[in-house]
Amino acid sequence: MAAMATMVAAGCGGVWCRARQRCARWPGPGSRPFLRAQRAVVCNARGGAVSAGKSGLAPWIPVVGLEIHAQISSNSKLFSGSRVQFAAPPNSLVSFFDASLPGTLPVLNRRCVEAAVMTALALNCRINKKSLFDRKHYFYADLPAGYQITQQRVPIAVNGSLSYSLCIDNKMSQMVTKTVRIKQIQLEQDSGKSLHDDTRSQTFVDLNRAGVGLMELVMEPDMCCGEEAAAAVRELQLILQTLGSSQAVMAEGQLRVDANVSVHHPGEPYGVRTEVKNINSIRFLAKAVDYEIQRQIQELGNGGTILNETRAFDSKLGCTVPMRDKEGKQDYRFMPEPNLPPLILYDAKSLPANMNHQQVINIDWIHERLPDLPSVKREKLVEQYGILPEHSFTLLVWQQDQNCNSSQASEDGLAEFFESVVKQTQMKPKKVIGWILNDLLSYLKQHSLTVKESPVSSFLLADLLNLLEKKEISSTAAKRVLAELWKGEGKTPLETVKEHKLELLQDQKELEQICQAVIDGQENEVMAIKAGNRKVLNKLIGLVQKKTQGRSNPVLMNFSVPLCSIVLVGYTSSILKSQPSLDASAKGR
Amino acid sequence: MLRASLRQVSAALKEGRVTPTELCQRCLALIKSTKFLNAYITVTEETALKQAEESEERYKRGQPLGILDGIPIAVKDNFNTAGIETTCASNMLKGYISPYNATVVQKLLDQGAVLLGKTNLDEFAMGSGSTDGVFGPVRNPWSYSKQYKEKSVPKSHSEDKESDWVISGGSSGGSAAAVSSFTCFAALGSDTGGSTRNPAAHCGVVGLKPTYGLISRHGLIPLVNSMDVPGILTRCVDDAAVLLGLLAGHDPKDSTTIQDDFKPFELPNLTDVSKLSIGIPKEYHAPGLSSEILALWSKAADLFKNAGAKVVEVSLPHTRYSIVCYHVLCTAEVASNMARFDGLEYGHRSDVKDSTESMYAATRREGFNDVVRGRILSGNYFLLKQNYEKYFVKAQKVRRLIANDFAKVFRSGVDILLTPTTLSDAAPYMEFIQEDNRTRSAQDDILTQAANMAGLPAINVPTALSERGLPVGLQFIGRSFQEKQLLTVAKWFEKQVQFPVIQLEEVKRHDNGDFQHQKSASFS
Repeated sequence: MAAMATMVAAGCGGVWCRARQRCARWPGPGSRPFLRAQRAVVCNARGGAVSAGKSGLAPWIPVVGLEIHAQISSNSKLFSGSRVQFAAPPNSLVSFFDASLPGTLPVLNRRCVEAAVMTALALNCRINKKSLFDRKHYFYADLPAGYQITQQRVPIAVNGSLSYSLCIDNKMSQMVTKTVRIKQIQLEQDSGKSLHDDTRSQTFVDLNRAGVGLMELVMEPDMCCGEEAAAAVRELQLILQTLGSSQAVMAEGQLRVDANVSVHHPGEPYGVRTEVKNINSIRFLAKAVDYEIQRQIQELGNGGTILNETRAFDSKLGCTVPMRDKEGKQDYRFMPEPNLPPLILYDAKSLPANMNHQQVINIDWIHERLPDLPSVKREKLVEQYGILPEHSFTLLVWQQDQNCNSSQASEDGLAEFFESVVKQTQMKPKKVIGWILNDLLSYLKQHSLTVKESPVSSFLLADLLNLLEKKEISSTAAKRVLAELWKGEGKTPLETVKEHKLELLQDQKELEQICQAVIDGQENEVMAIKAGNRKVLNKLIGLVQKKTQGRSNPVLMNFSVPLCSIVLVGYTSSILKSQPSLDASAKGR
Repeated sequence: MLRASLRQVSAALKEGRVTPTELCQRCLALIKSTKFLNAYITVTEETALKQAEESEERYKRGQPLGILDGIPIAVKDNFNTAGIETTCASNMLKGYISPYNATVVQKLLDQGAVLLGKTNLDEFAMGSGSTDGVFGPVRNPWSYSKQYKEKSVPKSHSEDKESDWVISGGSSGGSAAAVSSFTCFAALGSDTGGSTRNPAAHCGVVGLKPTYGLISRHGLIPLVNSMDVPGILTRCVDDAAVLLGLLAGHDPKDSTTIQDDFKPFELPNLTDVSKLSIGIPKEYHAPGLSSEILALWSKAADLFKNAGAKVVEVSLPHTRYSIVCYHVLCTAEVASNMARFDGLEYGHRSDVKDSTESMYAATRREGFNDVVRGRILSGNYFLLKQNYEKYFVKAQKVRRLIANDFAKVFRSGVDILLTPTTLSDAAPYMEFIQEDNRTRSAQDDILTQAANMAGLPAINVPTALSERGLPVGLQFIGRSFQEKQLLTVAKWFEKQVQFPVIQLEEVKRHDNGDFQHQKSASFS
């Protein structure tokens, strides 16, 4: 174990910390996925071809396929009992098997198989009741055995599909749903990590990650631009997090995406493809794919050719560059893994009666226990609460972007927060959603907080909205109260209202005095109203609100003697209808 | 005492006729005086004496751990032993100390067995002579026996006298020699193509290759994962049954072990063999089979026939492809299994530091001998994308055919197959090394390999002495997981043939003569 003893603790933790910080700097408008999507350059989201520009030649059709490695969320590794944990001290989670000590044998982790089965079911795959493990050979310092155990010949699942939505215009209102075929899902081992110290020409190896379970998902080349690839991966990420089969945090390497990109003319076979690696966020995925498409079109347009090569995305420069091909063409010399018997899965029909339940995996049993998938959850939100479909997307998607700040996929997501508020308030869900998506969300974003970390709990917000709903405070006042509540001083909304004297003026006399004072100072306006110009009344009301700092009860105000005296009684009801500004916030901009 | 069987010595320990420490010391002394055999790579004198002491305490308290408590055993040096060097007789693992025990080693220790040391072998168990290890060849104890000395024609030159010694067979030659020379009461070997049975035949001991999956391979440094099994080397068939009972069964650390519980058994004394059907596979009448062994084989068949058993000639037509098939499958797995020896995590690391790749290359060149490197090279060739179907897949298919041959024969009503274990008696070392390892292995494995292909249990029973005074054994092959039947028949046969005890000067000096059952009747 000589080499491992010399590995220092410095490297890996630092690198990944930086990665996380970078991620933390993404919030702001960029993290709103469907706003970001508008910036996609190459593709029109209807999947059409890209015009070749001024030349007037046949247009180019970009083709994008993805290879995705999702780290399985499990306590222990795929074939050993070592714990799985992110950013643990180097080489602290390494079993004899992980270090490939001679004589050690793999023992399949049941949890990893279950995670793969869940994922396969959620992605509409055909599950192979019998799958096989293979060895894939190559020499690399962080691959201690000299081979990776994977499923090359018969993977655990094949022929699935993933539906995802993306918006096709600047507004959030027009979304299209697309489908990408999933070729296969296979179980395989993760490698360790190598850290190269070029100045001292040393390589440090951290085997903590070596042997962690991965699901490799191959998405067929059914996408045509970065935006689509990003949307597909985002939906996959949500599904994995909902299932709990992977935490799928890209910044922590739990979700790694390689893109295969090619372009061709309509009616012609696919062009030579390149593989783009080193993509560590969804935003970069969209950028990398779009860049690569443009690069290929330009290259071909200039009479060049596309090499079948691996390229790396440089996030600083925003472009892809050829990767130094270390070993040239690799022959992985696949062979069956002789130490693992075929992986047999059962369903209710094939389940042998006398089999120990600890030793079998029943697909039907897992199927029955699948949680609601994001698409179903969104439908339910729309149906149950009458909110707009795009709002349901924001409720589900936003949480996931925030997750890049924490390795724990939060169970208390934005949707749950919303539902919790709805349950505790008399306010209609349609109005509540405005408060969630505008006020809560913008605050959280501004402060880079997760929903869980929100200083205002769903209970407090519901409490506040109830005050508003019962007309004890005005909408303006409610916003002021919320601003106080963000401080997290432990006060209730009511206490805050009282403390800042934000309750609506219920005292008729006091209100009438204020009204009278306003009327007295606005003789021209009074004249206009009296002449029948009802619109001018709004100005007076606005002035009263200003004077009372938004505390005047609009109903009381309108029925106040001073105002009534200048308006015909018959106008009152219509004025009430055209109340300005009070509920604007709930309309969802 | 040193020549006693496991049950006898266990009884002696229980009755206090001998103490574990005494026994251990005697074995260690004998190991020292037979050092020239080169049977052991590592002798763990200190830990062995400590284990013996602990065992003695247990006996004093009347609480021995099991039948093996206090009994000295040896383990082939390709099984991991915690805290004790495990070398595989290779430069690659010289000085390598494993942090864990192989499951079989752990089971022996849990029984209170005293581990005397690690026995010699061909490098990474690749060979059939125990001549190709980095620690030098193992010498067959029978080379120094009275029987051999008397019968072999004395050479005129005295220096030739020294070179008369014969090989132990392999690759578990160290274990076979250790048991044969009474330096331990039983030993673990491994068997991939005959590596337990072959040296057992040459050294005149019982060598059992159990059914694949019956005994855990966890901790056995692999040669061919799909064929390797831990092997058992003992003085008699009963002892093999005892060890099998202690070692067999499911191991959660080896997914290829059987799920069902294994029930240890005692072997009955068979008196009636008339219900038995013994198959004589005609393909085992292989080219190069010595007339002496052929005669012995048919004599053995007659023995069964005369005792009332049904003896039938059977055919295993694909046996003749087993050598070439084995070559492809073995080298492919070797290429894969050896990939881990890159000098990074453990084992030898070259000083060449120009690049990671050059370090890998130099490490592997310095660490492995020609045999290992040759197999890695050909294995990688067979696994290349363009060759995989042509060689590897085809070899797998042939393997299936070989296994089917056995299945057919057993389905036809045959209970046990009787074959020779080796083509001839042990060759003198000087003669043996004239041929290269690959040729020799191909020749020597021919009679044993097919059982590994099919995963079947097989056992070598020492049968007689050759004209040169060297042991010759016959092999019984049984049905999968039918070890009890196999061993029962082997035991009956063992009793009939009365194989003579080796007469070694060194043993006489160290043994007080208890339990010395002089066998007078000789089968040949």
